Amino acid sequence: MKGSSKRAILILGGTSSIARAVAIVFAEKGYPLYLASRDEEELQRISCDLEIRYRVKVSYGFFDITHFSGHRHFLQQVIQTMDGLEGVILATGFLGDQQQAIRDFGEAEKILNSNFLGACSILTHVANFLEKQRAGFIVGISSVAGDRGRQSNYIYGAAKAGLSVFLQGLRNRLYPFGVHVMTVKPGFVDTAMTFGRQNLFAVASPEFVGKGIVSSLKKGRNEIYIPGFWWGVMWMIKHTPEFIFKRLKL
Amino acid sequence: MRHKTQLTGWGRFPVTNSYLVRPERICDLEFKQNSLISRGLGRSYGDAALNTERDVVLMQRLNRFRSFDEKTGIIRAEAGATLEEILNVFVPRGWFLPVTPGTKQVTLGGCFAADIHGKNHHMDGTFSRYISDIEVLLAEGSKIRCSPSDNSQAFWATAGGMGLTGIITELALQLIPVETAYLCVKHLPAKNLDALLEILADGKQDDRYSVAWIDCFSQGEDLGRGVVMNGHHAKAAELPSQMHPFQIKKRTQYTIPSFFPGSLLNSYAIKGFNALYYRLQSRKQDPFFIDYDHYFYPLDAVGNWNRLYGRKGFLQYQFVVPAEGVRQVLCRVWEAVRRFRKTPFLAVLKRFGPENEGYLSFPMEGYTLAIDFPLSDAELFSLLDLLDEIVLEYGGRVYLAKDARMKPVVFKKMYPHLEEWQRVKNNLDPKQRFSSDLSRRLEITL
Repeated sequence: MKGSSKRAILILGGTSSIARAVAIVFAEKGYPLYLASRDEEELQRISCDLEIRYRVKVSYGFFDITHFSGHRHFLQQVIQTMDGLEGVILATGFLGDQQQAIRDFGEAEKILNSNFLGACSILTHVANFLEKQRAGFIVGISSVAGDRGRQSNYIYGAAKAGLSVFLQGLRNRLYPFGVHVMTVKPGFVDTAMTFGRQNLFAVASPEFVGKGIVSSLKKGRNEIYIPGFWWGVMWMIKHTPEFIFKRLKL
Repeated sequence: MRHKTQLTGWGRFPVTNSYLVRPERICDLEFKQNSLISRGLGRSYGDAALNTERDVVLMQRLNRFRSFDEKTGIIRAEAGATLEEILNVFVPRGWFLPVTPGTKQVTLGGCFAADIHGKNHHMDGTFSRYISDIEVLLAEGSKIRCSPSDNSQAFWATAGGMGLTGIITELALQLIPVETAYLCVKHLPAKNLDALLEILADGKQDDRYSVAWIDCFSQGEDLGRGVVMNGHHAKAAELPSQMHPFQIKKRTQYTIPSFFPGSLLNSYAIKGFNALYYRLQSRKQDPFFIDYDHYFYPLDAVGNWNRLYGRKGFLQYQFVVPAEGVRQVLCRVWEAVRRFRKTPFLAVLKRFGPENEGYLSFPMEGYTLAIDFPLSDAELFSLLDLLDEIVLEYGGRVYLAKDARMKPVVFKKMYPHLEEWQRVKNNLDPKQRFSSDLSRRLEITL
């Protein structure tokens, strides 16, 4: 992040609580923003709010992560509208219904397309652009669910695992070009997804996650768990021997 | 996801279980249940935002700013936006709230539903005066826009209506221009009640913001001694040259842990505090400058200050009486408090201007006193019932936003426009979908 007149940041999945929290931090710092999601009414409400509070240009537009063939044009249009691009935050995601996905592959396809294939598609276009520019960043919001396949959500987990490796590869590819790629794995975040669920602990506020993402990006971190202690939790989960893990009911 | 949890008001009494839902967007609001009440940040003291075994809708996430007119200073925002958010954004741009209560941790919707007042009611009225229009989501799912000129009955039934007409989704608030983030304040000590009332009634000493802190433990000749704290927004020319008009020091935030023992706030501690406070505040008699955060929101620096009262909680009793009876009422109140051997922590007296068209709006012309009592035992309720009788005798009333225990028969006598309000309420909500523990206790809904 450099230069006195800042280049825009694109936030995909811009209506989620985490996306909004990240948008707030960047807006506070004076970055123009482009928010994209399928919910155009909510996009209007959020961008209006950000413009009033922080007096930065906030544009928005329709974006469907599963509509692969439209991604190239979408990105071109964003770059044109914002006169350039500094970085992209990928905050799209679809939790889906694991039980339904087992019975009906259509649901599984939706989970895999939204969380993995679609992300690969748009990020490829983004990577190609940033590589030419030789500057910028990508932040991909993955999940701890991708760290190990477990019986309760392995389809979502597989998609996120794929995303994490894809981001890792991008990080490697883009490093010589001065483009940074950061993977974010949030634990429990206080959103509609977690509100009211029992047996959760250390639920982080979206504000905390938003600030954490931006400050970690500034520090050049590669892969972060947020809140940080999840690194320890996932270390144990990842290193549990398979002959034990397969017997568990997590 | 709807789930059951323990909820209280700011006084931490009563404590009940309600089903909470927390929509992320206004379009997510839906009414599947037969009874619900909206809740902001839960700063009402009693049971206004509680709904035992029924639904409570948390409005916190519905806080988007919709528009701001730089010329008129009108901010339109979703009802869950807080006064703190508005101040953080607009004070640096030279705008302030026209009316503010003693905390900025309140939502716009809550301010309107309680029709809050501040230290400037005698000059500027209540919050609803500065709301040009609101949007309310009614029980059947339709939205109406109301203002003093359009759907005015619904507007005035919702102002002070404690959330019982529907869910306020959006409001347009008129901000006031200010030249600095500071106030110019004068402290006027009064050695007894007569001196205090004299200062408050004296037009020459008056200022836009006026409030009197009273030492609850003063007795005999000193009874009712206190300090009147008057102020106004400092103009740029008034500020000493080294002060930047909009730069204020960030405050250290303290938090009281949930297990803080209430026994620490005993009568000796309170008496001591009162005596010290009188001495300290009496000293500052020359005009001085204080930033808006310290002047309006001293208690906000201590997060969860309500926990100082311990697990049992406390009751705040706030009433208003016409000016003619104020001296007698205050003496009788003090005498009753002494007789019951109760220890109020804080007593604050303000002047009120005329009432507005809100059917259930609290302020009327006269004086309002707010007292905090640690909830020690059941006797406190008898004391407050007695105070109700005194207030009624002098033609006054009690503030619903602070109430946790008033009886329905007393309430009905205090609010003469209740029946008109009920007619409007029945029009807007025929199936009585909006109800709360407060509305059932006061028998204004089923």
